[in-house]
Amino acid sequence: MGKRRSVYLSFLLGPGAFWLLMFFVIPSLLVVVYSFMERSSSGGVIWNFSLEAYTKLFAFDPDSLFVNDFVVIFLRSFWWAILTTVACLLIGYPLAFYIAQQKPFTRTVMLFMVMIPFWTNFLVRTYAWKFILNNNGLINTFLSELSLPRVPLINTPTAVLIGLVYGSLPFMVLPLYASIEKFDYTLVEAGQDLGANYFRIFTRVFLPLTMPGVAAGCILVFIPAVGQYVVPTILGGGKVSMLGNLLAQQFGAALNWPFGSAIAVIFMILLMAGVLIYFTVEREEEAV
Amino acid sequence: MTVQQAQEGSLSRPAVTDTHYPPQRAGSLLLTWGKRLLWVNMVFSFVFLYAPILVLVIFSFNNSRFAAKWEGFTFQWYGQLLTNEAIISAFWNSIIVAVSATLISTVLGTMTAIAMERFRFPFRKTYDGILYLPVIVPDIVMGISLLAFFALALDWINTALALPVDSALRPGLTTVIIAHVAFNISFVAIVVRTSLRDFNKALEEAAQDLGANEWITFRRITLPLIMPGILGGALLAFTLSLDDFVITFFTTGPGGTTLPIDVFSRIRRSISPEINAISTLMLLMSIVLVMASQSLQRRRD
Repeated sequence: MGKRRSVYLSFLLGPGAFWLLMFFVIPSLLVVVYSFMERSSSGGVIWNFSLEAYTKLFAFDPDSLFVNDFVVIFLRSFWWAILTTVACLLIGYPLAFYIAQQKPFTRTVMLFMVMIPFWTNFLVRTYAWKFILNNNGLINTFLSELSLPRVPLINTPTAVLIGLVYGSLPFMVLPLYASIEKFDYTLVEAGQDLGANYFRIFTRVFLPLTMPGVAAGCILVFIPAVGQYVVPTILGGGKVSMLGNLLAQQFGAALNWPFGSAIAVIFMILLMAGVLIYFTVEREEEAV
Repeated sequence: MTVQQAQEGSLSRPAVTDTHYPPQRAGSLLLTWGKRLLWVNMVFSFVFLYAPILVLVIFSFNNSRFAAKWEGFTFQWYGQLLTNEAIISAFWNSIIVAVSATLISTVLGTMTAIAMERFRFPFRKTYDGILYLPVIVPDIVMGISLLAFFALALDWINTALALPVDSALRPGLTTVIIAHVAFNISFVAIVVRTSLRDFNKALEEAAQDLGANEWITFRRITLPLIMPGILGGALLAFTLSLDDFVITFFTTGPGGTTLPIDVFSRIRRSISPEINAISTLMLLMSIVLVMASQSLQRRRD
Protein backbone atom coordinates (compact mmCIF):
# COMPACT_ATOMS: atom_id res chain seq x y z
CA MET A 1 0.00 0.00 0.00
CA GLY A 2 1.43 3.37 -1.02
CA LYS A 3 1.87 6.13 1.53
CA ARG A 4 -0.77 8.28 -0.16
CA ARG A 5 -3.19 5.43 -0.10
CA SER A 6 -2.70 4.74 3.59
CA VAL A 7 -3.26 8.42 4.41
CA TYR A 8 -6.46 8.22 2.36
CA LEU A 9 -7.51 5.06 4.22
CA SER A 10 -7.01 6.55 7.68
CA PHE A 11 -8.96 9.63 6.60
CA LEU A 12 -11.86 7.40 5.55
CA LEU A 13 -11.74 4.96 8.42
CA GLY A 14 -10.60 7.20 11.28
CA PRO A 15 -13.65 9.29 12.18
CA GLY A 16 -16.13 6.40 12.11
CA ALA A 17 -13.78 4.10 14.01
CA PHE A 18 -13.15 6.80 16.60
CA TRP A 19 -16.89 7.30 17.11
CA LEU A 20 -17.57 3.57 17.47
CA LEU A 21 -14.63 3.14 19.82
CA MET A 22 -15.59 6.09 22.03
CA PHE A 23 -19.35 5.66 22.09
CA PHE A 24 -19.87 1.95 21.60
CA VAL A 25 -16.83 -0.18 22.46
CA ILE A 26 -15.66 1.75 25.54
CA PRO A 27 -19.19 2.09 27.04
CA SER A 28 -19.71 -1.67 26.57
CA LEU A 29 -16.40 -2.45 28.27
CA LEU A 30 -17.26 0.04 31.01
CA VAL A 31 -20.36 -2.01 31.84
CA VAL A 32 -18.19 -5.11 32.21
CA VAL A 33 -15.86 -3.21 34.56
CA TYR A 34 -18.79 -1.74 36.54
CA SER A 35 -20.21 -5.21 37.13
CA PHE A 36 -17.12 -6.02 39.26
CA MET A 37 -17.30 -2.82 41.36
CA GLU A 38 -18.96 -1.86 44.63
CA ARG A 39 -22.33 -0.20 44.61
CA SER A 40 -22.57 3.53 45.28
CA SER A 41 -25.98 4.41 46.69
CA SER A 42 -26.00 7.73 44.81
CA GLY A 43 -25.63 6.04 41.41
CA GLY A 44 -22.38 5.10 39.72
CA VAL A 45 -19.87 2.86 41.47
CA ILE A 46 -17.21 2.89 44.17
CA TRP A 47 -13.95 1.83 42.52
CA ASN A 48 -13.29 -1.26 44.63
CA PHE A 49 -13.28 -4.76 43.19
CA SER A 50 -16.30 -6.77 44.32
CA LEU A 51 -18.24 -9.84 43.24
CA GLU A 52 -21.31 -8.67 45.14
CA ALA A 53 -23.34 -8.06 41.97
CA TYR A 54 -22.82 -11.59 40.67
CA THR A 55 -23.42 -13.26 44.02
CA LYS A 56 -26.68 -11.32 44.32
CA LEU A 57 -27.73 -12.44 40.86
CA PHE A 58 -27.10 -16.13 41.59
CA ALA A 59 -28.00 -16.17 45.30
CA PHE A 60 -30.38 -18.90 46.43
CA ASP A 61 -33.78 -17.68 47.60
CA PRO A 62 -35.92 -20.35 49.37
CA ASP A 63 -39.12 -18.41 48.59
CA SER A 64 -38.62 -18.40 44.87
CA LEU A 65 -39.47 -20.93 42.20
CA PHE A 66 -36.10 -20.94 40.41
CA VAL A 67 -33.16 -19.93 42.64
CA ASN A 68 -34.39 -16.33 42.93
CA ASP A 69 -36.69 -13.77 41.32
CA PHE A 70 -33.97 -12.35 39.07
CA VAL A 71 -33.40 -15.74 37.50
CA VAL A 72 -37.18 -16.04 37.06
CA ILE A 73 -37.13 -12.82 35.06
CA PHE A 74 -34.26 -14.14 32.93
CA LEU A 75 -36.12 -17.37 32.22
CA ARG A 76 -39.36 -15.55 31.53
CA SER A 77 -37.74 -13.13 29.06
CA PHE A 78 -36.08 -15.90 27.07
CA TRP A 79 -39.20 -18.11 27.17
CA TRP A 80 -41.45 -15.29 25.99
CA ALA A 81 -39.00 -14.33 23.26
CA ILE A 82 -39.05 -17.96 22.06
CA LEU A 83 -42.88 -17.99 22.10
CA THR A 84 -42.93 -14.70 20.19
CA THR A 85 -40.49 -15.99 17.58
CA VAL A 86 -42.45 -19.22 17.08
CA ALA A 87 -45.77 -17.37 16.82
CA CYS A 88 -44.32 -14.90 14.30
CA LEU A 89 -42.85 -17.75 12.27
CA LEU A 90 -46.16 -19.66 12.23
CA ILE A 91 -48.08 -16.60 11.02
CA GLY A 92 -45.29 -15.02 9.00
CA TYR A 93 -44.08 -17.94 6.91
CA PRO A 94 -47.45 -18.75 5.29
CA LEU A 95 -48.08 -15.01 4.87
CA ALA A 96 -44.76 -14.43 3.11
CA PHE A 97 -45.42 -17.52 0.97
CA TYR A 98 -48.88 -16.24 0.03
CA ILE A 99 -47.56 -12.78 -0.86
CA ALA A 100 -44.76 -14.22 -2.99
CA GLN A 101 -47.34 -16.12 -5.07
CA GLN A 102 -49.41 -13.08 -6.01
CA LYS A 103 -49.34 -11.20 -9.31
CA PRO A 104 -46.89 -8.27 -9.32
CA PHE A 105 -49.45 -5.58 -8.49
CA THR A 106 -51.10 -7.42 -5.58
CA ARG A 107 -47.67 -8.42 -4.37
CA THR A 108 -46.50 -4.79 -4.29
CA VAL A 109 -49.62 -3.66 -2.45
CA MET A 110 -49.35 -6.42 0.17
CA LEU A 111 -45.64 -5.83 0.72
CA PHE A 112 -46.37 -2.15 1.18
CA MET A 113 -48.98 -3.14 3.77
CA VAL A 114 -46.38 -5.14 5.70
CA MET A 115 -43.87 -2.30 5.44
CA ILE A 116 -46.09 0.38 6.95
CA PRO A 117 -46.24 -1.31 10.39
CA PHE A 118 -42.52 -2.14 9.98
CA TRP A 119 -41.70 1.57 9.78
CA THR A 120 -44.34 2.77 12.23
CA ASN A 121 -43.11 3.89 15.62
CA PHE A 122 -43.01 1.02 18.10
CA LEU A 123 -44.57 3.17 20.84
CA VAL A 124 -47.56 3.94 18.63
CA ARG A 125 -48.10 0.27 17.85
CA THR A 126 -47.84 -0.71 21.51
CA TYR A 127 -50.18 2.09 22.50
CA ALA A 128 -52.75 0.80 20.00
CA TRP A 129 -53.04 -2.37 22.12
CA LYS A 130 -53.16 -0.43 25.37
CA PHE A 131 -56.06 1.52 23.88
CA ILE A 132 -57.87 -1.75 23.17
CA LEU A 133 -57.01 -3.65 26.36
CA ASN A 134 -56.95 -0.93 29.03
CA ASN A 135 -59.45 -1.00 31.91
CA ASN A 136 -61.19 1.98 30.31
CA GLY A 137 -60.18 0.80 26.83
CA LEU A 138 -62.17 -0.32 23.82
CA ILE A 139 -63.11 -3.84 24.95
CA ASN A 140 -63.99 -2.93 28.53
CA THR A 141 -65.96 0.17 27.49
CA PHE A 142 -67.91 -2.01 25.10
CA LEU A 143 -68.55 -4.60 27.82
CA SER A 144 -69.78 -2.02 30.29
CA GLU A 145 -72.09 -0.54 27.62
CA LEU A 146 -73.67 -3.98 27.48
CA SER A 147 -73.78 -3.94 31.32
CA LEU A 148 -71.36 -6.84 31.39
CA PRO A 149 -68.59 -6.98 33.99
CA ARG A 150 -65.20 -5.59 32.95
CA VAL A 151 -62.39 -8.07 32.43
CA PRO A 152 -58.78 -7.49 33.43
CA LEU A 153 -56.81 -7.57 30.16
CA ILE A 154 -54.03 -5.04 30.63
CA ASN A 155 -51.03 -5.87 32.86
CA THR A 156 -51.33 -9.58 32.15
CA PRO A 157 -48.80 -11.93 30.50
CA THR A 158 -51.28 -12.34 27.61
CA ALA A 159 -51.27 -8.60 26.94
CA VAL A 160 -47.46 -8.54 26.91
CA LEU A 161 -47.30 -11.53 24.56
CA ILE A 162 -49.84 -10.01 22.17
CA GLY A 163 -47.80 -6.80 22.16
CA LEU A 164 -44.56 -8.70 21.50
CA VAL A 165 -46.00 -10.68 18.57
CA TYR A 166 -47.72 -7.61 17.16
CA GLY A 167 -44.56 -5.54 17.33
CA SER A 168 -42.33 -8.24 15.82
CA LEU A 169 -44.43 -9.72 13.02
CA PRO A 170 -43.27 -7.37 10.21
CA PHE A 171 -39.63 -8.08 11.14
CA MET A 172 -40.30 -11.76 10.47
CA VAL A 173 -42.30 -11.37 7.25
CA LEU A 174 -39.91 -9.12 5.29
CA PRO A 175 -36.75 -11.29 5.44
CA LEU A 176 -38.89 -14.41 4.86
CA TYR A 177 -40.45 -12.82 1.80
CA ALA A 178 -37.02 -11.85 0.46
CA SER A 179 -35.85 -15.48 0.49
CA ILE A 180 -39.16 -17.07 -0.61
CA GLU A 181 -39.35 -14.66 -3.54
CA LYS A 182 -36.01 -15.90 -4.85
CA PHE A 183 -37.19 -19.52 -4.86
CA ASP A 184 -37.14 -21.17 -8.28
CA TYR A 185 -40.38 -23.11 -8.67
CA THR A 186 -38.99 -25.34 -11.41
CA LEU A 187 -37.42 -27.21 -8.47
CA VAL A 188 -40.92 -28.15 -7.30
CA GLU A 189 -41.64 -29.58 -10.74
CA ALA A 190 -38.40 -31.51 -10.57
CA GLY A 191 -39.47 -32.90 -7.22
CA GLN A 192 -42.85 -33.88 -8.58
CA ASP A 193 -41.29 -35.56 -11.58
CA LEU A 194 -39.16 -37.55 -9.19
CA GLY A 195 -42.33 -38.68 -7.43
CA ALA A 196 -42.20 -36.62 -4.21
CA ASN A 197 -45.46 -35.52 -2.61
CA TYR A 198 -46.14 -31.94 -1.52
CA PHE A 199 -45.11 -32.55 2.09
CA ARG A 200 -41.77 -34.01 1.01
CA ILE A 201 -41.15 -31.25 -1.50
CA PHE A 202 -41.84 -28.70 1.21
CA THR A 203 -39.59 -30.27 3.85
CA ARG A 204 -36.79 -31.37 1.51
CA VAL A 205 -36.67 -28.59 -1.08
CA PHE A 206 -38.65 -25.49 -0.16
CA LEU A 207 -37.85 -25.21 3.54
CA PRO A 208 -34.06 -25.76 3.25
CA LEU A 209 -33.76 -23.24 0.41
CA THR A 210 -35.71 -20.57 2.31
CA MET A 211 -33.80 -21.25 5.55
CA PRO A 212 -31.63 -18.09 5.30
CA GLY A 213 -34.84 -16.04 5.49
CA VAL A 214 -36.06 -18.06 8.49
CA ALA A 215 -32.73 -17.52 10.25
CA ALA A 216 -32.69 -13.78 9.55
CA GLY A 217 -36.32 -13.39 10.62
CA CYS A 218 -35.82 -15.35 13.85
CA ILE A 219 -32.77 -13.29 14.83
CA LEU A 220 -34.55 -10.02 14.02
CA VAL A 221 -37.50 -11.06 16.19
CA PHE A 222 -35.81 -12.94 19.02
CA ILE A 223 -33.08 -10.49 20.09
CA PRO A 224 -35.23 -7.36 20.37
CA ALA A 225 -37.96 -9.43 22.06
CA VAL A 226 -35.72 -10.69 24.90
CA GLY A 227 -34.55 -7.16 25.62
CA GLN A 228 -37.97 -5.53 25.33
CA TYR A 229 -38.60 -2.61 27.62
CA VAL A 230 -41.48 -0.72 25.99
CA VAL A 231 -43.98 -3.59 25.67
CA PRO A 232 -43.73 -4.99 29.24
CA THR A 233 -43.78 -1.45 30.65
CA ILE A 234 -46.86 -0.29 28.76
CA LEU A 235 -48.84 -3.53 28.47
CA GLY A 236 -47.45 -5.22 31.60
CA GLY A 237 -47.62 -2.10 33.75
CA GLY A 238 -44.56 -3.09 35.78
CA LYS A 239 -46.43 -6.11 37.11
CA VAL A 240 -45.10 -8.45 34.46
CA SER A 241 -41.39 -7.66 34.27
CA MET A 242 -38.89 -8.67 31.65
CA LEU A 243 -35.13 -8.16 31.53
CA GLY A 244 -35.52 -4.68 30.09
CA ASN A 245 -37.52 -3.56 33.14
CA LEU A 246 -35.02 -5.12 35.52
CA LEU A 247 -32.12 -3.31 33.80
CA ALA A 248 -33.92 0.02 33.69
CA GLN A 249 -34.87 -0.35 37.35
CA GLN A 250 -31.28 -1.00 38.50
CA PHE A 251 -29.94 2.01 36.59
CA GLY A 252 -32.96 4.08 37.62
CA ALA A 253 -34.84 3.96 40.91
CA ALA A 254 -32.85 1.14 42.54
CA LEU A 255 -29.51 2.90 41.86
CA ASN A 256 -27.54 -0.32 41.82
CA TRP A 257 -25.29 0.13 38.80
CA PRO A 258 -22.97 -2.83 39.45
CA PHE A 259 -25.95 -5.17 39.72
CA GLY A 260 -27.53 -3.70 36.58
CA SER A 261 -24.19 -4.11 34.79
CA ALA A 262 -23.87 -7.73 35.91
CA ILE A 263 -27.37 -8.43 34.54
CA ALA A 264 -26.39 -6.83 31.23
CA VAL A 265 -23.15 -8.88 31.05
CA ILE A 266 -24.90 -12.21 31.74
CA PHE A 267 -27.68 -11.24 29.33
CA MET A 268 -25.19 -10.54 26.52
CA ILE A 269 -23.28 -13.77 27.21
CA LEU A 270 -26.51 -15.81 27.03
CA LEU A 271 -27.62 -14.00 23.88
CA MET A 272 -24.30 -14.53 22.10
CA ALA A 273 -24.29 -18.19 23.16
CA GLY A 274 -27.86 -18.59 21.90
CA VAL A 275 -27.09 -17.04 18.52
CA LEU A 276 -23.90 -19.11 18.15
CA ILE A 277 -25.73 -22.36 18.99
CA TYR A 278 -28.49 -21.44 16.57
CA PHE A 279 -26.06 -20.89 13.72
CA THR A 280 -24.03 -24.01 14.51
CA VAL A 281 -27.13 -26.22 14.50
CA GLU A 282 -28.25 -24.50 11.33
CA ARG A 283 -24.94 -25.15 9.56
CA GLU A 284 -24.99 -28.80 10.59
CA GLU A 285 -28.49 -29.17 9.23
CA GLU A 286 -27.35 -27.65 5.96
CA ALA A 287 -24.46 -30.09 5.78
CA VAL A 288 -26.79 -33.10 6.15
CA MET B 1 -61.29 -35.04 -8.39
CA THR B 2 -64.44 -33.30 -9.53
CA VAL B 3 -64.74 -31.09 -12.57
CA GLN B 4 -65.43 -28.14 -10.32
CA GLN B 5 -62.22 -28.61 -8.37
CA ALA B 6 -60.24 -28.91 -11.56
CA GLN B 7 -61.77 -25.69 -12.81
CA GLU B 8 -61.11 -23.92 -9.54
CA GLY B 9 -57.51 -24.95 -9.80
CA SER B 10 -57.14 -23.60 -13.29
CA LEU B 11 -59.27 -20.50 -12.78
CA SER B 12 -57.70 -19.27 -9.59
CA ARG B 13 -54.32 -19.10 -11.27
CA PRO B 14 -53.92 -18.44 -14.96
CA ALA B 15 -51.15 -20.29 -16.73
CA VAL B 16 -47.86 -18.50 -16.31
CA THR B 17 -44.35 -19.25 -17.44
CA ASP B 18 -42.54 -17.00 -14.94
CA THR B 19 -40.53 -19.23 -12.58
CA HIS B 20 -41.59 -17.07 -9.65
CA TYR B 21 -45.03 -18.66 -9.71
CA PRO B 22 -45.65 -22.15 -8.46
CA PRO B 23 -46.25 -24.56 -11.32
CA GLN B 24 -49.86 -25.49 -11.89
CA ARG B 25 -50.93 -29.05 -11.46
CA ALA B 26 -54.59 -29.97 -11.37
CA GLY B 27 -55.64 -29.12 -7.80
CA SER B 28 -55.68 -32.06 -5.46
CA LEU B 29 -57.88 -31.82 -2.40
CA LEU B 30 -54.81 -31.15 -0.25
CA LEU B 31 -53.70 -28.30 -2.49
CA THR B 32 -57.13 -26.66 -2.55
CA TRP B 33 -57.37 -26.75 1.23
CA GLY B 34 -53.80 -25.57 1.54
CA LYS B 35 -54.63 -22.56 -0.60
CA ARG B 36 -57.71 -21.78 1.48
CA LEU B 37 -55.69 -21.95 4.70
CA LEU B 38 -53.07 -19.65 3.22
CA TRP B 39 -55.79 -17.19 2.28
CA VAL B 40 -57.35 -17.35 5.77
CA ASN B 41 -53.92 -16.78 7.34
CA MET B 42 -53.32 -13.79 5.05
CA VAL B 43 -56.66 -12.20 5.97
CA PHE B 44 -56.06 -12.88 9.66
CA SER B 45 -52.55 -11.37 9.49
CA PHE B 46 -53.67 -8.14 7.85
CA VAL B 47 -56.63 -7.76 10.20
CA PHE B 48 -54.27 -8.38 13.13
CA LEU B 49 -51.77 -5.82 11.80
CA TYR B 50 -54.27 -3.12 10.86
CA ALA B 51 -57.30 -3.36 13.16
CA PRO B 52 -55.49 -1.87 16.19
CA ILE B 53 -54.03 0.96 14.09
CA LEU B 54 -57.41 1.72 12.48
CA VAL B 55 -59.16 1.79 15.86
CA LEU B 56 -56.50 4.20 17.06
CA VAL B 57 -57.00 6.52 14.08
CA ILE B 58 -60.81 6.43 14.27
CA PHE B 59 -60.87 7.33 17.96
CA SER B 60 -58.49 10.26 17.41
CA PHE B 61 -61.58 11.98 15.93
CA ASN B 62 -63.80 11.04 18.85
CA ASN B 63 -65.65 13.88 20.55
CA SER B 64 -65.24 12.52 24.08
CA ARG B 65 -62.72 12.83 26.90
CA PHE B 66 -63.33 9.18 27.69
CA ALA B 67 -61.19 7.81 24.99
CA ALA B 68 -62.94 4.60 24.03
CA LYS B 69 -66.62 5.57 23.76
CA TRP B 70 -67.74 7.04 20.43
CA GLU B 71 -69.53 10.39 20.90
CA GLY B 72 -69.29 11.98 17.46
CA PHE B 73 -66.70 13.49 15.15
CA THR B 74 -64.26 16.25 16.11
CA PHE B 75 -60.89 17.74 15.17
CA GLN B 76 -60.40 19.24 18.61
CA TRP B 77 -57.60 16.89 19.74
CA TYR B 78 -55.52 17.85 16.71
CA GLY B 79 -56.23 21.51 17.45
CA GLN B 80 -55.05 21.03 21.03
CA LEU B 81 -51.81 19.43 19.87
CA LEU B 82 -50.89 22.53 17.88
CA THR B 83 -51.17 24.69 21.00
CA ASN B 84 -49.50 22.21 23.35
CA GLU B 85 -46.05 23.70 23.96
CA ALA B 86 -44.56 20.55 25.48
CA ILE B 87 -45.43 18.53 22.39
CA ILE B 88 -44.34 21.21 19.93
CA SER B 89 -40.95 21.59 21.62
CA ALA B 90 -40.54 17.80 21.83
CA PHE B 91 -41.30 17.59 18.12
CA TRP B 92 -38.63 20.18 17.25
CA ASN B 93 -36.12 18.43 19.52
CA SER B 94 -36.82 15.20 17.63
CA ILE B 95 -36.22 16.95 14.31
CA ILE B 96 -32.96 18.52 15.56
CA VAL B 97 -31.72 15.14 16.80
CA ALA B 98 -32.79 13.21 13.69
CA VAL B 99 -31.33 15.74 11.22
CA SER B 100 -27.98 16.09 13.03
CA ALA B 101 -27.61 12.37 13.68
CA THR B 102 -28.49 11.61 10.05
CA LEU B 103 -26.00 14.12 8.62
CA ILE B 104 -23.10 12.95 10.80
CA SER B 105 -23.81 9.24 10.52
CA THR B 106 -24.36 9.38 6.74
CA VAL B 107 -20.96 11.01 6.18
CA LEU B 108 -19.11 8.72 8.64
CA GLY B 109 -21.03 5.61 7.54
CA THR B 110 -20.32 6.25 3.84
CA MET B 111 -16.61 6.84 4.53
CA THR B 112 -16.49 3.63 6.56
CA ALA B 113 -18.27 1.73 3.80
CA ILE B 114 -15.77 2.88 1.15
CA ALA B 115 -12.84 1.97 3.39
CA MET B 116 -14.28 -1.50 4.03
CA GLU B 117 -15.11 -2.24 0.38
CA ARG B 118 -12.11 -0.70 -1.41
CA PHE B 119 -9.17 -1.24 0.96
CA ARG B 120 -7.37 -4.13 2.58
CA PHE B 121 -5.88 -3.44 6.00
CA PRO B 122 -4.89 -5.29 9.20
CA PHE B 123 -7.78 -6.28 11.51
CA ARG B 124 -10.26 -5.62 8.74
CA LYS B 125 -12.27 -8.75 9.63
CA THR B 126 -12.36 -7.81 13.32
CA TYR B 127 -13.54 -4.31 12.51
CA ASP B 128 -16.16 -5.79 10.21
CA GLY B 129 -17.56 -7.71 13.19
CA ILE B 130 -17.51 -4.66 15.49
CA LEU B 131 -19.31 -2.68 12.80
CA TYR B 132 -22.23 -5.13 12.90
CA LEU B 133 -22.51 -5.18 16.70
CA PRO B 134 -24.54 -1.97 17.21
CA VAL B 135 -27.18 -3.47 14.90
CA ILE B 136 -27.39 -6.71 16.89
CA VAL B 137 -26.95 -5.58 20.51
CA PRO B 138 -30.38 -4.97 22.12
CA ASP B 139 -31.07 -1.26 22.42
CA ILE B 140 -31.63 -1.50 26.17
CA VAL B 141 -28.07 -2.76 26.68
CA MET B 142 -26.65 -0.02 24.44
CA GLY B 143 -28.81 2.48 26.32
CA ILE B 144 -27.59 1.59 29.81
CA SER B 145 -23.95 1.37 28.74
CA LEU B 146 -24.14 4.85 27.23
CA LEU B 147 -25.88 6.09 30.38
CA ALA B 148 -22.99 4.75 32.48
CA PHE B 149 -20.42 6.14 30.04
CA PHE B 150 -21.88 9.65 29.78
CA ALA B 151 -22.33 9.89 33.55
CA LEU B 152 -18.66 9.06 34.07
CA ALA B 153 -17.33 11.14 31.16
CA LEU B 154 -19.34 14.25 32.05
CA ASP B 155 -18.33 13.89 35.67
CA TRP B 156 -14.64 13.81 34.67
CA ILE B 157 -15.01 16.80 32.36
CA ASN B 158 -16.88 18.81 34.99
CA THR B 159 -14.23 18.01 37.62
CA ALA B 160 -11.32 18.64 35.25
CA LEU B 161 -12.71 22.02 34.16
CA ALA B 162 -13.82 22.79 37.73
CA LEU B 163 -17.23 23.82 36.44
CA PRO B 164 -19.64 25.15 39.09
CA VAL B 165 -22.80 23.09 39.65
CA ASP B 166 -25.14 25.42 37.77
CA SER B 167 -23.05 25.47 34.58
CA ALA B 168 -21.88 21.84 34.72
CA LEU B 169 -22.30 19.73 31.60
CA ARG B 170 -25.30 17.42 31.76
CA PRO B 171 -26.83 14.83 29.46
CA GLY B 172 -29.23 16.40 26.96
CA LEU B 173 -29.78 16.71 23.23
CA THR B 174 -26.03 16.54 22.49
CA THR B 175 -25.57 13.19 24.23
CA VAL B 176 -28.69 11.89 22.45
CA ILE B 177 -27.27 12.93 19.06
CA ILE B 178 -23.90 11.28 19.88
CA ALA B 179 -25.71 8.06 20.86
CA HIS B 180 -27.88 8.04 17.73
CA VAL B 181 -24.82 8.50 15.50
CA ALA B 182 -23.18 5.57 17.31
CA PHE B 183 -25.88 3.13 16.19
CA ASN B 184 -26.65 4.77 12.84
CA ILE B 185 -23.07 4.60 11.45
CA SER B 186 -23.45 0.82 11.23
CA PHE B 187 -26.84 0.93 9.50
CA VAL B 188 -25.64 3.49 6.93
CA ALA B 189 -22.40 1.54 6.34
CA ILE B 190 -24.33 -1.70 5.69
CA VAL B 191 -26.66 -0.07 3.15
CA VAL B 192 -23.88 1.83 1.33
CA ARG B 193 -21.63 -1.24 1.23
CA THR B 194 -24.35 -3.13 -0.63
CA SER B 195 -24.47 -0.49 -3.33
CA LEU B 196 -20.65 -0.33 -3.53
CA ARG B 197 -20.54 -4.09 -4.02
CA ASP B 198 -23.20 -3.96 -6.71
CA PHE B 199 -21.52 -1.65 -9.18
CA ASN B 200 -18.87 -2.38 -11.71
CA LYS B 201 -15.40 -1.68 -10.30
CA ALA B 202 -14.03 -1.50 -13.85
CA LEU B 203 -15.57 1.98 -14.11
CA GLU B 204 -13.35 3.21 -11.29
CA GLU B 205 -10.30 1.51 -12.78
CA ALA B 206 -11.04 3.00 -16.21
CA ALA B 207 -11.20 6.50 -14.71
CA GLN B 208 -7.86 5.98 -12.99
CA ASP B 209 -6.30 4.61 -16.20
CA LEU B 210 -7.44 7.80 -17.91
CA GLY B 211 -5.45 9.76 -15.35
CA ALA B 212 -8.04 10.71 -12.78
CA ASN B 213 -6.72 10.77 -9.22
CA GLU B 214 -8.57 9.14 -6.31
CA TRP B 215 -10.54 12.25 -5.43
CA ILE B 216 -11.71 12.94 -9.01
CA THR B 217 -12.62 9.27 -9.45
CA PHE B 218 -14.65 9.41 -6.27
CA ARG B 219 -16.38 12.71 -7.12
CA ARG B 220 -17.18 11.87 -10.74
CA ILE B 221 -17.67 8.10 -10.79
CA THR B 222 -18.18 6.48 -7.39
CA LEU B 223 -20.30 9.10 -5.64
CA PRO B 224 -22.97 9.49 -8.37
CA LEU B 225 -23.25 5.72 -8.70
CA ILE B 226 -23.70 5.03 -4.99
CA MET B 227 -25.89 8.11 -4.38
CA PRO B 228 -29.17 6.14 -4.21
CA GLY B 229 -27.52 3.84 -1.65
CA ILE B 230 -26.33 6.80 0.42
CA LEU B 231 -29.80 8.38 0.31
CA GLY B 232 -31.33 5.04 1.31
CA GLY B 233 -28.94 4.79 4.24
CA ALA B 234 -29.68 8.38 5.25
CA LEU B 235 -33.41 7.75 5.14
CA LEU B 236 -33.01 4.66 7.31
CA ALA B 237 -30.86 6.61 9.78
CA PHE B 238 -33.42 9.42 9.87
CA THR B 239 -36.29 7.03 10.58
CA LEU B 240 -34.39 5.08 13.24
CA SER B 241 -33.37 8.30 14.95
CA LEU B 242 -36.83 9.84 14.78
CA ASP B 243 -38.45 6.68 16.19
CA ASP B 244 -35.88 5.78 18.80
CA PHE B 245 -37.20 5.68 22.31
CA VAL B 246 -35.05 3.32 24.40
CA ILE B 247 -31.55 4.70 23.71
CA THR B 248 -32.84 8.29 23.91
CA PHE B 249 -34.54 7.49 27.23
CA PHE B 250 -31.20 6.50 28.81
CA THR B 251 -29.02 9.22 27.26
CA THR B 252 -31.22 12.28 27.57
CA GLY B 253 -31.46 14.81 30.37
CA PRO B 254 -33.22 18.03 31.30
CA GLY B 255 -34.34 19.95 28.21
CA GLY B 256 -33.69 16.95 25.98
CA THR B 257 -37.23 15.61 25.65
CA THR B 258 -37.90 14.19 22.19
CA LEU B 259 -41.33 13.30 20.84
CA PRO B 260 -41.09 9.56 21.66
CA ILE B 261 -39.98 10.41 25.23
CA ASP B 262 -42.95 12.75 25.67
CA VAL B 263 -45.37 10.27 24.12
CA PHE B 264 -44.05 7.43 26.31
CA SER B 265 -44.66 9.35 29.53
CA ARG B 266 -48.22 10.08 28.39
CA ILE B 267 -48.92 6.49 27.31
CA ARG B 268 -47.59 5.18 30.59
CA ARG B 269 -50.15 7.20 32.55
CA SER B 270 -53.28 6.28 30.62
CA ILE B 271 -55.06 6.37 27.29
CA SER B 272 -56.41 9.66 25.95
CA PRO B 273 -57.71 11.08 22.68
CA GLU B 274 -54.69 13.40 22.45
CA ILE B 275 -52.34 10.42 22.35
CA ASN B 276 -54.52 8.94 19.62
CA ALA B 277 -54.09 12.15 17.65
CA ILE B 278 -50.29 12.25 18.09
CA SER B 279 -50.12 8.57 17.15
CA THR B 280 -52.14 9.19 14.00
CA LEU B 281 -49.77 11.97 12.94
CA MET B 282 -46.74 9.77 13.64
CA LEU B 283 -48.36 7.02 11.59
CA LEU B 284 -48.85 9.41 8.67
CA MET B 285 -45.20 10.38 8.92
CA SER B 286 -44.20 6.69 8.72
CA ILE B 287 -46.33 6.18 5.62
CA VAL B 288 -44.60 9.14 3.94
CA LEU B 289 -41.21 7.67 4.88
CA VAL B 290 -42.12 4.22 3.48
CA MET B 291 -43.20 5.80 0.21
CA ALA B 292 -39.94 7.78 0.04
CA SER B 293 -37.87 4.67 0.67
CA GLN B 294 -39.87 2.70 -1.90
CA SER B 295 -39.32 5.28 -4.61
CA LEU B 296 -35.60 5.34 -3.75
CA GLN B 297 -35.51 1.56 -4.01
CA ARG B 298 -37.11 1.72 -7.42
CA ARG B 299 -34.51 4.24 -8.56
CA ARG B 300 -31.75 1.97 -7.28
CA ASP B 301 -33.11 -0.97 -9.24
